[in-house]
Amino acid sequence: MSWFDKLMPSRVRTDSRNRGSVPEGVWVKCDSCLNVLYGAELERNINVCPRCDHHRRIGARDRLDRLLDAEPRSELGAGLESVDHLKFRDTKKYRDRLTQAAKTSEETDAIIAVHGAMRGLPVVAVAFEFNFMGGSMGSVVGEKFTRAAEVALQHNATLICFSASGGARMQEALMSLFQMAKTSAALARLSRQSVPYISVLTDPTMGGVSASFAMLGDVIVAEPRALIGFAGPRVIEQTVREKLPDGFQRSEFLLEHGAIDMIVDRREMRDRLSNVIGQLTGRQPTPETVVADPAEDDPQSPQDANPVAS
Amino acid sequence: MNHSYLEFEQPIADLQAKIQELSSASDDMDIDVAEELSKLQTKCDTLTESIFAKLTPWQVSQVARHPNRPFTLDYIRLILTDFEELHGDRAFADDPAIVAGIGRLQGQSVAIIGQQKGRDTKEKLRRNFGMPKPEGYRKALRIMKLAEKFKLPLITLIDTPGAYPGIGAEERGQSEAIARNLITLADLRTPIICTVIGEGGSGGALAIGVGDRVNMLEYSTYSVISPEGCASILWKSAEKAPEAAAAMGITSARLKELELIDRVVPEPLGGAHCDHKATAMALREVIVEQLGQLSPLLYDDLIARRSERLRQFGEYKES
Repeated sequence: MSWFDKLMPSRVRTDSRNRGSVPEGVWVKCDSCLNVLYGAELERNINVCPRCDHHRRIGARDRLDRLLDAEPRSELGAGLESVDHLKFRDTKKYRDRLTQAAKTSEETDAIIAVHGAMRGLPVVAVAFEFNFMGGSMGSVVGEKFTRAAEVALQHNATLICFSASGGARMQEALMSLFQMAKTSAALARLSRQSVPYISVLTDPTMGGVSASFAMLGDVIVAEPRALIGFAGPRVIEQTVREKLPDGFQRSEFLLEHGAIDMIVDRREMRDRLSNVIGQLTGRQPTPETVVADPAEDDPQSPQDANPVAS
Repeated sequence: MNHSYLEFEQPIADLQAKIQELSSASDDMDIDVAEELSKLQTKCDTLTESIFAKLTPWQVSQVARHPNRPFTLDYIRLILTDFEELHGDRAFADDPAIVAGIGRLQGQSVAIIGQQKGRDTKEKLRRNFGMPKPEGYRKALRIMKLAEKFKLPLITLIDTPGAYPGIGAEERGQSEAIARNLITLADLRTPIICTVIGEGGSGGALAIGVGDRVNMLEYSTYSVISPEGCASILWKSAEKAPEAAAAMGITSARLKELELIDRVVPEPLGGAHCDHKATAMALREVIVEQLGQLSPLLYDDLIARRSERLRQFGEYKES
């Protein structure tokens, strides 16, 4: 703890580690540059450190809140919940882990899906909640992703996925593995109809999530410095018994090796994604207005809107 | 004594040693022990049956990894004729951990892809213990497209601890290579029959495991992560692998019960390693039967059914 932290009364101190959402504390210390940051400023920055541009993890709901137009929005599959079909028990029961995860993350599983718009362009966006069991993919994640893809197909809306996941959920065993096939098959149907799918990789995107829909985007975007890969760095280190190269499995490493299209700063994500989507779908994004001001949007017919071109 | 007996096979091994001993003794001393021998053999069979009838999931995973278990190339030799192996991903390398090619199954040409393990140390290393790299999956992808283009049914044989976790594999896009195969298989316009013949290890197995029929040999395993991997993450100790194996439900019987696979292919007494030929014939029979069911379907119908089948995977509740 720095001298400055110690000066603060304990009720003011905020432990910023492992917090996925924009913190509500007044002061937050950046994990990367260790500067103490003003909470409100951090929130304005979508949880990106204003000093060093470190992209802190952000909760699924916060992320979509900040990226999508305020209207229209409808959540998909909000009532889906995991079941413990194997009666799985390791050092804890899976059911208890689920209850605990729901409490810490305030979500019912590791993904949320919203049908909405981004600068007037119709999108279906899914985002992972890393605080729910490490964003792991079980049946609910697979089903929600698949439904999101189906809604995208039905409405000819671009599918966007923000992944943040350690991989498949071991507690659902082979059923989790098969979600990789299920989600990929949903993307095959999307691809056949030329409905765009943009995959945004955020820290971390590993294992079964990385080796299925996350790497199947028509355009693949990553946030800066995100850990992205198939096998975890520790497993690789133990297997090959050598030191991993600097920056191994980080976004910049993937860009250099040709695995992704671009690295985009979270604060520019909305503009850059809507630019890409607009060009792939032959539309123009609406000029940026104040986000979260419903008066500026037309909630009645956003999907038909082509305001700039017309 | 044969050192490749598994621990729980030891009583069988002891009995078989006795039979061996008696039979060679009878040769030397010219006495008739036929009756005794046949009694012992029956006893041995009963013993084997009873041991194999109550294998724990962890013991099954030992059988699935047995060094004498038939591998992809054994099945190719035993069930295909006129086989031609096809090599390389046309971009980087040929990965010996995946074998691919074309051959005739009872006269009909098919494309075949499978992971290949090695039996001796040299071959194990050459085959990288059956752990493919991206170039292996991209070779497989090439053969999938070839099968589609020339209307050959695709047979896949799954036997891998998992995709290789290495630096080069990550640099060349292990995730993308696996993901690409999943989306390709979901949409491939030819019948696909997948069979887990040994170890079905995670995404590295699934990358050649999406099809119209998914079978498992009786003592093969299929899981999202190896029991050791699961144990070291969830129990923080790889020694809890037997517990992890039981918790995950990795055996053919359990996965059939969970309706995650279509068919269990029975193995001969004592497991596939005791009789390669009989195992291969049992597998051939199932594949031929399933091809008979799939071949008459129009491609659109085939893809629609495959899609629907994949769509159904999942257990959840909805409020």
